[in-house]
Amino acid sequence: MRYSGLRVIAEGLTGQKSWARAWRDPAPKAQYDMIIIGGGGHGLATAYYLAKNHGITNIAVLEKGYLGGGNIGRNTTIVRANYLLEGNSQFYSHSLKLWEGLEQDLNYNVMHSQRGIINLFHSDGQRDAFARRGNAMINQGDDAILLERDELRRMIPYLDYDQTRFPIFGGLYHKRGGTARHDAVAWGYARAADQRGVDLIQNCEVTGIDIHQGRVTGVQTTRGAMTARKVGIVVAGRSSQVAAMAGLRLPIESHVLQAFVTEGLKPVIDHVITYGMGHFYISQSDKGGLVFGGDLDFYASYAARGNLPTAEHVVETGMTLMPMIGQAKMLRSWGGIMDMSSDGSPIIDKSPIEGLYLNCGWCYGGFKAVPGSGYAFAHLMATDRPHQSAERYRLDRFEKGRGLMDEEGRGSQHNLH
Amino acid sequence: MRIPCPICGERDSREFRPKGDITYADRPAAEAGNAAWHSYLHLRDNQPGEIVEIWRHAHGCGAWISVTRNTVSHAVLGAKLLRDRGQDHAG
Repeated sequence: MRYSGLRVIAEGLTGQKSWARAWRDPAPKAQYDMIIIGGGGHGLATAYYLAKNHGITNIAVLEKGYLGGGNIGRNTTIVRANYLLEGNSQFYSHSLKLWEGLEQDLNYNVMHSQRGIINLFHSDGQRDAFARRGNAMINQGDDAILLERDELRRMIPYLDYDQTRFPIFGGLYHKRGGTARHDAVAWGYARAADQRGVDLIQNCEVTGIDIHQGRVTGVQTTRGAMTARKVGIVVAGRSSQVAAMAGLRLPIESHVLQAFVTEGLKPVIDHVITYGMGHFYISQSDKGGLVFGGDLDFYASYAARGNLPTAEHVVETGMTLMPMIGQAKMLRSWGGIMDMSSDGSPIIDKSPIEGLYLNCGWCYGGFKAVPGSGYAFAHLMATDRPHQSAERYRLDRFEKGRGLMDEEGRGSQHNLH
Repeated sequence: MRIPCPICGERDSREFRPKGDITYADRPAAEAGNAAWHSYLHLRDNQPGEIVEIWRHAHGCGAWISVTRNTVSHAVLGAKLLRDRGQDHAG
């Protein structure tokens, strides 16, 4: 069934009786060409682009829970291409271009809203660093505008510009950045992949990876064994757990990142605003809730929830930036399991086992990467060559020490990103 | 989370700074080779459940301690001074 405005009107006039289910619920088959472990955003996007770009449709996506029940449903929905390093810059630029055509491509409203992102700066030195970042973005073909304090103040008058600790000097404005509806991204990719013949198998936990003479032959699951000549692990947050089934250790630690949302309010914050010095960023959802978050709790965690000290810190610094939000009532908070790589950048590469591929290490930036990651991972799995946009996301960069992607300039060491 | 500092007693986790996995307490020799250094710097078991990690009582006595903690429940199961760890690699 193709979705359209006309269809909405027709269904509205006829009692909403003809809507079909968005995807099938197939029984697992014993044999597939390729198996994707993980039915989140990246896994579903991988399956979709394998089918669309490479004509491979005998694919299963295995999800231990329900589709989109992991980090694709637990993030703060920000979409941007404002990276500095070569490798990251080209990858996120490509991903943003895919976002811009995504709704037409999937025939699904993912509510992609290019409302603009403003990164605040608070000193002359930071202004220089942001000017450099903006130039890198423009050189990549993306957009960036360096706003001085007065211009910024006309756009967003409600910030506390004269606070003593971090007075606001201006902001780097990335107009094509914005937000999207997180669940809809998973649902849109799921529906589009299903329509091309991909089997989406839910409540199906992988319990073992079959390897014969250094080559992957299939997987064991709670819904039976399946064979495949290629298997992709796309389970960010739990990459180490699944990789351990194949005897692999990864340069990854799982940490918790918290996020928060207030009750629904009238429109008040038009952009995404990031306040790096205070470890705080915020936007307003289309429902009206203020969606905000901060930094990691900075200890390893699989709990999918954080602790109060970090929650308190995030709210405190948010208040120093925009005192008006102190009036809003917080509705809920949650945590996601972050696949923290030691240099802060992801991995899209072959594993040392033939036929087994890795897509992991997304740290706290996986949401915006969904289209680009699926596109590049599908290319890698189909052709055994890295896609041009992701050729620097190599697994061996950690061991070799060459090509580390330390976007924040902090060093390639756990607990620094 | 509350962490039992061996010197100061049980305190709010806010007084402590996490340093990360206990692997960082086992620094290889300079000539140990690439594999040992790669394992030390980057590779982690990272399985859910009980782990041992390094914290510092930064806003207290300043001691470096090893903390046994469950990463699924956030339960803190014990702590001892890192200097007392010796050759006992169980933490």
